[in-house]
Amino acid sequence: MSLEELYKEVILDHYRTPRNKGRVDPHDVALERNNPLCGDEIELFLKFDGETIQGIGFEGKGCSISQASASMMTEKIKGLTVKNAGELSESIKRMMAGEEEGDLNALGDLVSLKGVVKYPVRIKCALLGWNTLAEALQESSS
Amino acid sequence: MLDVETIRKDFPILDTLMHGRPLVWLDSASTSQKPRQVVDRMVRFYESENSNVHRGVYELSEKATAAYEGARAACGRFIGARNARSIIFTRGTTESINLVRYTWGRANVREGDEILVTEMEHHSNLIPWQLLAQETGATLRHLPIDDEGRLRMDLLDQHMTERTKLVAVGLMSNVLGTINPVRRLADAAHAVGARILVDAAQAAPHLPFDVNELDADFLAYSSHKMCGPTGAGVLYGREDLLEAMPPFHGGGEMIREVWADRATWNEIPYKFEAGTPNVAQAVGMGAAVEYLEDVGRDDIREHEKEMVAYAIERLEAAGAVVYGPRDVEERGGVASFNLDEVHPHDMATILDQEGICIRAGHHCAQPLMRRLDVAATARASFYLYNSPQDIDALVDALAKAKGWFA
Ligand SMILES: Cc1ncc(COP(=O)(O)O)c(C=O)c1O
Repeated sequence: MSLEELYKEVILDHYRTPRNKGRVDPHDVALERNNPLCGDEIELFLKFDGETIQGIGFEGKGCSISQASASMMTEKIKGLTVKNAGELSESIKRMMAGEEEGDLNALGDLVSLKGVVKYPVRIKCALLGWNTLAEALQESSS
Repeated sequence: MLDVETIRKDFPILDTLMHGRPLVWLDSASTSQKPRQVVDRMVRFYESENSNVHRGVYELSEKATAAYEGARAACGRFIGARNARSIIFTRGTTESINLVRYTWGRANVREGDEILVTEMEHHSNLIPWQLLAQETGATLRHLPIDDEGRLRMDLLDQHMTERTKLVAVGLMSNVLGTINPVRRLADAAHAVGARILVDAAQAAPHLPFDVNELDADFLAYSSHKMCGPTGAGVLYGREDLLEAMPPFHGGGEMIREVWADRATWNEIPYKFEAGTPNVAQAVGMGAAVEYLEDVGRDDIREHEKEMVAYAIERLEAAGAVVYGPRDVEERGGVASFNLDEVHPHDMATILDQEGICIRAGHHCAQPLMRRLDVAATARASFYLYNSPQDIDALVDALAKAKGWFA
């Protein structure tokens, strides 16, 4: 995938019209993380119903890859169990580290994030939301 | 007038293709490219002069020592130092500033004293003073900037007091390009008995200046931003200050006589150069000085004024916000900017595909980013090998990036 395709087919849609943008109130966990190198910011809000992630939303600003990736993440995560969401975030991190191909069945559209692997300095941007999620899930279970 | 076409032939890397396109290097404020003359000089050192300095009795060591000390003399001449004894070789600006922090700073700064920096400092000229203030109980103060990125000299009286011990200021900002009125700051500092340290990392490559005219007590600069190799830099210090300062690192070379439990120190500057120095890098830095002198430092400055004026004009016409002073007499060849539609990181990635290298981020100046109220900026910076065509290429690529996001 060329850079232009990556942006036009994957990133820009979510960047322009982010899904689940905004706070979730009331929420069970709120966690803010940034990418010190570039100043990208994400604040993630989670609301649980038992073991299920019932509500998820994010606030943030930064480059299109960081914000679009967070938007895609919220779409995918909503309704998953905490355990499945944790597994998914691990799987995405492995895919972005080049350790795993990315299972099309499990990841669906998210596989397209793999296009970012070709631009190593931007991987951190793509993972900001996912890293925040992993931390937030840990916080909620401790 | 610089003959840019001829100069470009000295820089083999400029013929490289990036993603199949000619490399357009617009990140010299980060590090400059190196001319063949500098690379060749280092190769010649390793191939025919290499040995340790100040040690061997044999002729080869004399050759290496002569090359090393010749570089020191060149680096002193470059900034108008009266004596090479004032020139300490370091790893670069950052190490030079930390040297002052650990030696002069620890010996002279006490609880209740003040250290004055500015709102536009690079982290290299901020963090060492934060740490010194924390360990001594001194207070760190910041001279603000105005909306055009110039120091608020009208507020100087409020920030410089009888308690001020040190003023640490950049001669040229790596983000805004602002050239600061260092002589006025030096006079004000000296009037209250304070010392002034000048961070010349950005100024040395681009502006002719003289340490005595600036009346600087300390001045730091790096080789790698001025056509020289990485791993070399200079701390200039006034001789009487250096004489009175305790040493920095302990080890070989910096001593005169050593007993089991104590030692005496070598004369300056060697007192501050423990261990085997980066000899080849220092020699390369000396060659970079000679290269820039041959090209002509005044001509380089004039060329960069033209480049930055053209860049500001083209970038603004393309819809970008450009930070820093408008008057090119007050700024060096740096243009930090933002385009509403395209985040700097997206921009830098897209430009990279066109072979264009710019910087995107906070440029090691996070407090300044906060002052400008931005998370990041894009930055194009210019040097003797850049031409207006490089700026045209940049602006064309920006239009393309804007198109993707439209
Ligand atoms: C203004 C300024 N000060 C200090 C530094 C640090 O220089 P170095 O990394 O060579 O130690 C830089 C370079 O990035 C700079 O631009």
